[in-house]
Amino acid sequence: MEDNAVLQMRNIHKSFPGVKALSGVDFTLRKGEIHALMGENGAGKSTLIKVLTGVYTKDEGHIYLDGHEKEVQVRSPQEAQKLGISPVYQEITLCPNLSVAENMYIGRTPGAVQNWRKMNKDADKLLKSLDIPAKATQQLSTCSLAVQQMIAIARAVDTDCKVLILDEPTSSLDEQEVEKLFKLMRDLRGRGVGIIFVTHFLDQVYEVCDRITVMRDGCLVGEYEIKDLPRVQLVSKMLGKELDDLSDIQGEYKSYERKEGELPVFEVEQLYSNAGIKPFDFHIDKGEVNGFTGLLGSGRSECVRAIFGADRVLGGKVKKNGKPIKISKPIDAMRQGIGYLPEDRKRDGIVGDLSVRDNIILAQQVLRGFLKPYSRAEADKIADEYIKLLNIKTASADTPIKSLSGGNQQKVILARWLLTHPEYLILDEPTRGIDVGTKVDIQKLVLKLASEGMSVTFISSEMDEMLRTCSRLIVMRDRRVVGELTGSDLNQTSIMSTIAGGDK
Amino acid sequence: MSKGFGSKIKNISDTNLLLTITIVVFFLMYIGAMIFQGEGFLKPQALFNILNANAALIILSCGMSIVMITGGIDISVGGVTALISMCCAVYLDKAGGNVAVSVLIAILIGLGFGLVQGFLVAYLEIQPFIVTLAGMFFARGMTTIVNTEPFNVSNEAFVALKNTRIIVPGMGSVNRLGNYVDAYVEIGVIVAILVVIVMFCVLKWTKLGRNFYAVGGNSQSALMLGINVKRTKFIAHLLCGVLAGIGGFVYFLHVGSGSPSHASGAEMNAIASSIIGGTMLTGGVGNIIGTFFGVLSLSTIQNIVSSAGLDQAWWTGITVAAMLCLFLVVQSVVMAVRKKGSVK
Amino acid sequence: MQTNETKNAGVSGFFGRMIRKQVMIPLAALLLLFLFNLIMDPSFFKIELGYNSAGNPVLSGFLITILDSGSELAILAIGMTLVTAATGGQDISVGATTAIAGSVLLRVLCGTNSRPETLQAPIIVAFLAACVVAMLFGAFNGVLVAVFKIQPMIATLILYTAGRSIAAWINNNELPVVSDESLTYFGEFIPGIPIPTPFFIAVACMIVIGLVLKFTNLRLYTQAVGINENSSKLNGLNPVFIKILSFVILGLCVAVVGLIKVARISTINYSVIAKDIEMDAILAVALGGNALSGGKFNMTASIIGAYVIQCLTTTLYKFQVRSDALPAYKAIVVIVLVIVSAPVVREKFNAFMAKRKVKEAA
Repeated sequence: MEDNAVLQMRNIHKSFPGVKALSGVDFTLRKGEIHALMGENGAGKSTLIKVLTGVYTKDEGHIYLDGHEKEVQVRSPQEAQKLGISPVYQEITLCPNLSVAENMYIGRTPGAVQNWRKMNKDADKLLKSLDIPAKATQQLSTCSLAVQQMIAIARAVDTDCKVLILDEPTSSLDEQEVEKLFKLMRDLRGRGVGIIFVTHFLDQVYEVCDRITVMRDGCLVGEYEIKDLPRVQLVSKMLGKELDDLSDIQGEYKSYERKEGELPVFEVEQLYSNAGIKPFDFHIDKGEVNGFTGLLGSGRSECVRAIFGADRVLGGKVKKNGKPIKISKPIDAMRQGIGYLPEDRKRDGIVGDLSVRDNIILAQQVLRGFLKPYSRAEADKIADEYIKLLNIKTASADTPIKSLSGGNQQKVILARWLLTHPEYLILDEPTRGIDVGTKVDIQKLVLKLASEGMSVTFISSEMDEMLRTCSRLIVMRDRRVVGELTGSDLNQTSIMSTIAGGDK
Repeated sequence: MSKGFGSKIKNISDTNLLLTITIVVFFLMYIGAMIFQGEGFLKPQALFNILNANAALIILSCGMSIVMITGGIDISVGGVTALISMCCAVYLDKAGGNVAVSVLIAILIGLGFGLVQGFLVAYLEIQPFIVTLAGMFFARGMTTIVNTEPFNVSNEAFVALKNTRIIVPGMGSVNRLGNYVDAYVEIGVIVAILVVIVMFCVLKWTKLGRNFYAVGGNSQSALMLGINVKRTKFIAHLLCGVLAGIGGFVYFLHVGSGSPSHASGAEMNAIASSIIGGTMLTGGVGNIIGTFFGVLSLSTIQNIVSSAGLDQAWWTGITVAAMLCLFLVVQSVVMAVRKKGSVK
Repeated sequence: MQTNETKNAGVSGFFGRMIRKQVMIPLAALLLLFLFNLIMDPSFFKIELGYNSAGNPVLSGFLITILDSGSELAILAIGMTLVTAATGGQDISVGATTAIAGSVLLRVLCGTNSRPETLQAPIIVAFLAACVVAMLFGAFNGVLVAVFKIQPMIATLILYTAGRSIAAWINNNELPVVSDESLTYFGEFIPGIPIPTPFFIAVACMIVIGLVLKFTNLRLYTQAVGINENSSKLNGLNPVFIKILSFVILGLCVAVVGLIKVARISTINYSVIAKDIEMDAILAVALGGNALSGGKFNMTASIIGAYVIQCLTTTLYKFQVRSDALPAYKAIVVIVLVIVSAPVVREKFNAFMAKRKVKEAA
């Protein structure tokens, strides 16, 4: 056991029905350090944190606090807080209608009577000592998001916390606000608090952290001192590709070249939306497959959502075959021949209680209009056709889509858009959380569609897939486009170095 | 909003901002009434009459505000009031009971509704609207089951209590015949004011009261902050039930009779008063003092409408609905403006 | 029913499939009520052919009463089902807006004179005027719900309170009486036809909604919006419009109900017309097995549900329950229904059953 370790997690296992979320993960947090926990989607970092904060109970493993020999049991969030483990989440879990002081003390002070004067005095003292620019009596919603985040931290710190967990605290803050937050974090580090920092902004990791633990697919990849791990190395560890064997997997793709005199099918200039992306340019040709790549949260989904009109577009131009068009809501995009398979299948894709058949015909029915429903026989025929075409495994076309497996749900959504015969299909993470066989099916399908003249934008967290399918990659970092790779540049090394930016 | 004023307004809490609006609206309205309607509104007794007539509504609205602050709603209060009036009337008149026990009956009935509705809403997580809608129909139906015909109570002790007038010193006025008439309030008003004070203190200075706000502001966060959300919601409905019990008895004391059609639309008046008083439908924002002024505003405008010659009964309903609509819009506009100002 | 019972002894699979059908919920309730009546007093099922005061043949009996007075409820259940599906809430102003529709109808029929000798306008014109007004009020509710995001029940509470007053105001609080007999055809009997007209109107409404559901995308759009608003938006639907549309359709249903209600008595009583019908309409939707939180719906089940409620009402009447006391009994039915269908209760029940199974296995 290390002497100055405040928290040690050893050999943690956790499974959910059908998924092994954590297998034998070790994690060590030392006194007075800021420790980044990194990993792509499904790496298991949020599961690890939930085990630590008592939201989930671990299947196996041990947790030690303060270097004690005796392990501790964390059964509920309340228990975790008593032990000095305090999480601060991305979405602020405070009450916007209460005052700053109340938010710091409600639910954790004894007695039935509210002593406003003492509470406000204590709060002001704490706020001052942490240098947080807020008054105790101010209503929380009048504070900026960064200050609210800091108040949540202040609350955590005041509960005598030893382990402070910051789960993506910076994702909705601007640069100056992030700076203020970092100042607070460094200050707390100076006081001996151990901070676990979960983020997907690489720059921020290198700015404040002392150590990095990388996870992938529910396993520990390793723990590194920040100075021993250059950015490219970090990215390659997160994505699971060693730099050495990267050069081998050069593309089996055919590079795409635009025919003489042909205009791009769709072209956007300086487009940006209310989702926080910087204005970007983009174009796609007939029969081309391209992709947006970047780490999670880099803004790749927000770009395609802006093209489809799913977020509120604030500025920029869209052209189809060189002619300007206006897309302000999804139906406009659909009428222009764009289809969009959203990233979050459950929230934005499936209509859970409806049958597979209804889910397949939905988009086409909206396009055909209110007065032109398919007859039952037609709908059945279409559903059967696509179920067969995409090899969707379902008991019948009548089965509610929510009872299908993830991969089959995704195929249904795919069928929905194929039915509209789009000229341009946007697939945002079509392969996330589905089995390998289906993944391959979807990749093959994308290439087949492209060869038939459809333009496809393909987004995936898995680089292999992108390399196998795309002939051009737009690379994003921190919500802006930082590069475009084609031809011989399309290999993992150059992608990763573009993603990582800065030092090579 | 001008700029200097704007920065000041920014630091005031939502609750206090809406409270200020309510009080200003009330005084403007009352002054307007004094100027345009003249005489009637000039005498202090006019204000006391409003209080006398609305003591029960004040109490009901307090309960409603508490439930609404936690993000729920209770539309059974009117029905419960009618049921209580009828039960007490039958008990006093036909069974010859005594007044003290009838008060107990009233509170017990209210408590019963609060218990059941609170349990269904808080622990079984059923929509408060459906639960209390059923509660309302149940109470109305039970009222006619207890007794179908409206009748006046002639129990002596009760009538004496009903006619007790508490003189307000120094507020009297000279009537048309030149005699000095003392200003008075009924017992119900005293009860109502006590309830307002107690509930104000509960909301302001107890942990329970602050928990109501936290749960209504964001129940998910409240849970994370270590508040027992279910119990808090349950207690809110319970309190509302008890207050409906007290309010029901005060109503009964004012009208002195039992009838199935009593307090019809009272739930709507209570909701409207709460909203006019600055309670947000979405929960988390509200104030008992505001609710008190909400009731006064509502009845003042009703008085204005009726003394303007539009005294047919239907105008009351339309006025209430219009006021409610207006304040809902004002609230959403004020909140939208504030949001724009604070989020940058 | 009997054939059903004999069959299920042999073919449990068939019976199992039947049970799982949503329509079975109200049908089972109906069966239960019939059974109860059969045991208590079989005269419930007697239908007689008699003659009314005008000398026309009319059918009478409790079953006919149910078919007759259930019409309004069945028509409202159609609109209420759509509103519930699209918004996950219910409209509690239907009774009050029925009063408005009825009042408009009478206003147009009678003009300024409250007791005209002849009709001042054709019934169809008056009905269309009532439709327009009721749909506007529906749209008002819809805008509050869809645009201003106010919970449906609170938004409709406004008209619930003000509606009857508005209705009275439309006719200056007078009670116009129509002496022309042709209006009664819509509320009572058409000479020579022994079955009450409201039943035919209800059937016509059912046919219309059936055709609409078959030949438009109303069902798909409404359900998609009710189940997953995000996803519907990304598939090009406009949830705001769909929600308002559902309220407007309910407004149309309300206008039809207004016509029947007014035609039944040739006049109007603002405070009594369609009283407490909102509760019955919500109950019909719930009894039809539709989730009150929105999403998928089964129109047939709702309509059958409406007749079950009417059957319950008639049965209670038969046992001398006063009309004012009815809501108390129905409230209990509502509470039982919502408790049984509450997710928390279902979860606990399932967990309990699972535990029992484990015990049995061990």
